[in-house]
Amino acid sequence: MSRMQQILRQIGHQVTERLWRLGFASRFLLMTVLYSGTALKRFHLTIREIYFTGVLSLIIILVSGMFVGMVLGLQGYDTLQRYGSSEALGVLVALSLVRELGPVVAALLFASRAGSAITAEIGLMKATEQLSAMEMMAVSPIARVVAPRFWAGVISMPMLAALFSAMGVLGGYLVGVKLIGVDEGAFWSQMQAAVDFRQDIMNGVIKSFVFGVLVSWIAVFEGYDADPTAEGVSRATTRTVVTSSLAILAADFVLTAFMFRGI
Amino acid sequence: MRDIFLPALLPLIATSAPADPLVQIRDLNFAYDSRSILSGINITIPRGKVVAIMGPSGCGKTTTLRLIGGQLRPTSGEVRVAGQVVHECDDDGLYLLRRRMGMLFQFGALFTDMSVYDNVAFQMREHTNLPEELIHDLVLMKLHAVGLRGAYKLMPAELSGGMARRVALARAIALDPMLIMYDEPFAGLDPISLSIIGELIRTLNDALGASSIVVTHDVHESLKIVDYIYFVSEGKIVAEGTAEEIKESQAPYVHQFVWGEADGPVPFQYPARPYGEEMMEQPSKPRRWWS
Ligand SMILES: Nc1ncnc2c1ncn2[C@@H]1O[C@H](COP(=O)(O)OP(=O)(O)OP(=O)(O)O)[C@@H](O)[C@H]1O
Ligand SMILES: [Mg+2]
Repeated sequence: MSRMQQILRQIGHQVTERLWRLGFASRFLLMTVLYSGTALKRFHLTIREIYFTGVLSLIIILVSGMFVGMVLGLQGYDTLQRYGSSEALGVLVALSLVRELGPVVAALLFASRAGSAITAEIGLMKATEQLSAMEMMAVSPIARVVAPRFWAGVISMPMLAALFSAMGVLGGYLVGVKLIGVDEGAFWSQMQAAVDFRQDIMNGVIKSFVFGVLVSWIAVFEGYDADPTAEGVSRATTRTVVTSSLAILAADFVLTAFMFRGI
Repeated sequence: MRDIFLPALLPLIATSAPADPLVQIRDLNFAYDSRSILSGINITIPRGKVVAIMGPSGCGKTTTLRLIGGQLRPTSGEVRVAGQVVHECDDDGLYLLRRRMGMLFQFGALFTDMSVYDNVAFQMREHTNLPEELIHDLVLMKLHAVGLRGAYKLMPAELSGGMARRVALARAIALDPMLIMYDEPFAGLDPISLSIIGELIRTLNDALGASSIVVTHDVHESLKIVDYIYFVSEGKIVAEGTAEEIKESQAPYVHQFVWGEADGPVPFQYPARPYGEEMMEQPSKPRRWWS
């Protein structure tokens, strides 16, 4: 009985602690949004962060997009040609990228490339008292450090996802048309006919925007909340990657369920 | 008539008179969790004076500065700066107050993603609308005062410890504050920079009409420049006086500190149980990776 109680108590403790942290993080998000005046008025602060988070993530996003598209080309052709519809390869590649893989894979890559960097940077600034110093200079670290990084992530994410998808389509084209020899006209025209702007592209953009908010929020919060030690910062960085990956996949399921129209 | 009006007027007179001290700490107590750090501290910083707070490592000097800056809340008692109780200010009030304070952090706390120049220019850009040309002149002036005008292009990672501290000093005085707090300004400086910085603290204070608090271990340098000294030990004020009084003082705390003697009332050890008792005990197990 007492062992049972112990387990229950531990579960309760874990749950309340998680909930408490979630509440704390939500309040932090609210503060970040409220203190966004500086980041938006002095937009060069945000642009600088867009360079560090967005532009420097370009290489990994473009290369990965290309590979994912090429794999889709190979696998898709393999399946489609069994049903004699290998010209539909363009549709398959484009739809899977725009609706699913583009937003999700780009967000996962973004979380591990840029999210972890944001967390580590803010955590180290805290550990070396830079945030305290800023407070003592009557400058709010949330307005000056957190908000620009948050908005930079939110702005970069949809663009990165779009570039990922574009590179993926290019990869699929190279493999399907140039390598395997699917008819080029059919590849592009079927794709154009099947991909709907609102239902496919916009929904993909909405997804990547939501993922952008999630990843940036988790990254800045974990950094700001890190223990001000080397160990604390490294833990926070790990937590950013793990939590945001899970959050992306869970949010993807929820969003897809809402966007699903049946047949 | 007089009886009715005088009490109502008194607070006004008291806060607006220029002679009232800039910083007044009354019966200040502070504890981290349950460990008491400061107990019953009373410190007065008159306007225009340089006051030193001295004491052994870990006695709560940095904590005192953080309480003055409003980064920590006292457990009881109060800190008044320019007539305002710091822990009762709301966020905006606190930020207004801090705009007129400069603080040199013990470990510099320079912004590592900005150059030396941008570090010093930071507050000017955040709080003023000065044109860049003017900021340029001001920044170079502040850096010249600490002897680092030539280093304005460097990044903090390219500075030595003492240089970083001097840049931090230039940054602390960037907006000509009314209250300047120096946490260990002399640590890590060679004898020449040390006396130049000491002079600088004094000159700045007098030129700006500011008041300064210098937290330091360096008795001899600070005796040269400060007006008044507080000795803190184990979270209490154990002695105070003007530089002359301190030099003459025969009080055991002061004597021990000024002459750097190992034996005396100031403890070198962090509070602990008797040595023998601790030695007899089994060592606590090292933490394993799976725990
Ligand atoms: N964040 C903290 N949490 C818990 N205890 C702390 C914390 N910061 C400082 N302390 C404790 O408070 C006491 C006073 O610290 P403080 O930094 O004020 O010392 P100090 O007088 O500045 O010492 P030094 O001359 O070495 O800088 C120390 O005993 C320290 O253990
Ligand atoms: Mg200290």
